Amino acid sequence: MRAGRVQFGGIVRQVSLDFVPEAVLGDYVMVHVGFAISRVDADEAERTYKLLEEMGVLEAELPPAEP
Amino acid sequence: MKYLDEYRDHRIARALAAEIVQRTTRPWVLMEICGGQTHTIMRYGIDELLPRGIELVHGPGCPVCVTPLETVDKAIALALRPDVILVSYGDMLRVPGSGSDLFRAKAQGADVRIAYSPTEAVKIARANPNRKVVFLAIGFETTAPANAMAAWQARREGLTNFCMLVSHVLVPPAIRALMVSQTNRVQGFIAPGHVCTVVGCKEYENLVRDFRIPIVVGGFEPVDILEAVLMLVRQLEAGEARLENQYVRSVSYEGNLPAQQIMAEVFEVADQKWRGIGPIPQSGLRLRGEYAAFDADRVFDLGEMTVDEPAECISAQVLQGLKKPTDCPAFGMRCTPENPLGAPMVSSEGACAAYYRYRRHKVAS
Repeated sequence: MRAGRVQFGGIVRQVSLDFVPEAVLGDYVMVHVGFAISRVDADEAERTYKLLEEMGVLEAELPPAEP
Repeated sequence: MKYLDEYRDHRIARALAAEIVQRTTRPWVLMEICGGQTHTIMRYGIDELLPRGIELVHGPGCPVCVTPLETVDKAIALALRPDVILVSYGDMLRVPGSGSDLFRAKAQGADVRIAYSPTEAVKIARANPNRKVVFLAIGFETTAPANAMAAWQARREGLTNFCMLVSHVLVPPAIRALMVSQTNRVQGFIAPGHVCTVVGCKEYENLVRDFRIPIVVGGFEPVDILEAVLMLVRQLEAGEARLENQYVRSVSYEGNLPAQQIMAEVFEVADQKWRGIGPIPQSGLRLRGEYAAFDADRVFDLGEMTVDEPAECISAQVLQGLKKPTDCPAFGMRCTPENPLGAPMVSSEGACAAYYRYRRHKVAS
C-alpha cells in the first residue's frame, strides 16, 4: 500500500497512491475519500489553459455583450 | 491553489459565457449529471450567465440522494445493535430513513462513526476485534475503487469482524433510463468528471451512438462547466453528436486502470434500486461471491424490504430533472437541511441543498 502526504491548501493529509503508481513528489493529484484517482498532466493542463486564457484576455478588451 | 484558481477566473468565465451567447440560435436543454456540478452552477450563478434559451436540468448524480431508503433503514437497524459499530461517510448521517436517521440512532446510543476514507473503517475493525464493524459503502464509480480496496484489505488480512453494506450505482445505465423515458427533454449531457477519471470515457461512446446525443465530460469549477456547455452548444448548433472531453487535466479516455482492476476484482454488476427513480437493471455493484463474508446483506441475513417515501417529498422528480427544488411546496419551509424530508436537501451534492444554499432569496420574493 503506497501512501503519500498531500497538501490541500494549508492542510496536509495522508493519501493512498495505490491508483496513481506514476505519481512522484511535486505532482498534483485529484483525491477522493483518501485515495488519489488521477495525476494532473501538467503539460496538457498548461496547453489547454493557455487557450482559455487568450480567450479571457481578448474578451476583457471588448465591450460587454448583451445576453 | 494551482489547477483550481485558474478555473475560477472570472474573465475566462465571461469570455466563455459571451461565446455561448453568440453561438446559441435555438433553445437547448442540457443536463449536468453530477451533484457537485449542480452546486457549482448554483453557487456561481452559471445558469444566470447563460442565454435564456439554454436550460440546465439537474441530474441524479448524488450518491447519497439515490441510496435506497431500505438501505438507510438497514443501516439504522444494524447501528442499533449493541455489537455493531456502524461506520459511514459523513453525508449519510442525516439522510432520512422511513422513521429515523443515523444521527438520531447515534443520539439514542448507537455506535455510529464517520469516516473520511474507507481505510478508516478497516482500522476501526482491527482496533475493535470484539465488535462487528459495518461500513456503509455507498457511491458512484468514483468511490467504488476505494470501497473495493477496503474489502480487499479486510479479506487479505483475514478480518472476521468487518463487512460492508453496499449501495453502489453506475452512471451510464441511469442516463439510458432517462433517455428512454417518455418525459425526457435532455438534448446534451455534461458527464461527471470524477466518475470518468476512474472509468474513462469509453462507456459514454455507446450512449452517444445509441441515442445520437452529444456528451461532454466536464469538470467542477465554473470555467469547466462553462467550457463544457460551450462544447455542447457548438455540437448541437452544428447537428453533431460526439463524445468530447473538457476535463483533460484529470480524465483520459481509458480512465484509471488500477482503480478499474480492483473494482472488477471485488464487485460485479447487479440490478439496483435508485431512491426516487426506482429499479434500474444492471445499474449497481454488489460484492462478488468470494467476498460473501464481507457482505453485510449476507452476514446479517437482512432480506428484502420495500418502504415508501413520505408523500410530500418530490425528490423523485428532482433527481430526474423533471422539477426544480423550488417547485416543491415544502422547500425551505417544512423541508430544510436541518429537517429534511428527503435526501437531496441534506446531501452536500443534493440539488435541493444547492438551491437552499444559493437561491433561497429568490423563493422568498
